[in-house]
Amino acid sequence: MSDKLVVAGKGYNSRLIVGTGKYKDFEETKLAVEASGAEIVTVAVRRVNISKPGEPMLVDYLDPKKYTYLPNTAGCFTGDDAVRTLRLAREAGGWDLVKLEVLGDQKTLYPNMPETVEAAKTLIKEGFKVMVYCNDDPIQAKILEDIGCCAIMPLGSLIGSGLGIQNPVGVRIIVENAGVPVLVDAGVGTASEAAQAMELGCDGVLMNTAIAEANDPILMARAMNHAVQAGRDAYLAGRMPKKRYADPSSPLAGLI
Amino acid sequence: MINVTINGDAHKLAEELNLIDLLAKFDIEHDKVAIEHNLEIVPKSTFGQVMVGDGDNLEIVHFIGGG
Repeated sequence: MSDKLVVAGKGYNSRLIVGTGKYKDFEETKLAVEASGAEIVTVAVRRVNISKPGEPMLVDYLDPKKYTYLPNTAGCFTGDDAVRTLRLAREAGGWDLVKLEVLGDQKTLYPNMPETVEAAKTLIKEGFKVMVYCNDDPIQAKILEDIGCCAIMPLGSLIGSGLGIQNPVGVRIIVENAGVPVLVDAGVGTASEAAQAMELGCDGVLMNTAIAEANDPILMARAMNHAVQAGRDAYLAGRMPKKRYADPSSPLAGLI
Repeated sequence: MINVTINGDAHKLAEELNLIDLLAKFDIEHDKVAIEHNLEIVPKSTFGQVMVGDGDNLEIVHFIGGG
């Protein structure tokens, strides 16, 4: 059965997208990404440290021909900075699929939506395919879809918080309204929360800290791989209705 | 001598250089980076032609781990 995540016209077997930050070293990054089964990895764009030439680079461990690199704009607090960063990313890598996030403040890393919308418009006009980090407001999500974003990525809870999905109803409404993939981006802390995102009908989950800051990141990457698949299957299977009272699983007929 | 700013730091160069030579001088592989030259993104295909002159401002970036 083919059940692919299709983003901007390209199909992916894995519905888990993983970040590549916060790992002990590039070797651990590589092993965790492999265990996660992810085919798309997010990456940041930063200055080269020219005083330390020859340092190992991420691309030496995660082959951009094997993984889809999704450049992000983490750390950008204005739309202009985000656009500038992604223009550089496109030139560095030659890819136009990007993750836009424009942050509102340091303490919450909550998205600044007016800046995000303006940056998304500019990027789409310039031919970028924009996967957008946003709040869990269904109206805002629809606006982003209408201006041409190729995936809507509401936060489950604050970036790096591990607080899970704080507004499942909002996420569910976004999914119901959307004509493009919806991925929970940020907040997932453990496998059950990744499964919950998928059971809500999300098309995928994006996470970094939940894996990187686990005691055993590689084992947690595997857990997330399974959780996303299990949650997806459960969503497609359709859960049983909730009931207020018991309903015996063994037939009552033929009792001795 | 010419003065240039690279990634926010002041550097002195003996002479004007094109970007390929400049990257080689700093031991940076040119196919793994992108460059902004005086706020304009430089297409990789033109690294060999774009000259760095006195007072220029360069940002040299690459991909690192991030979420």
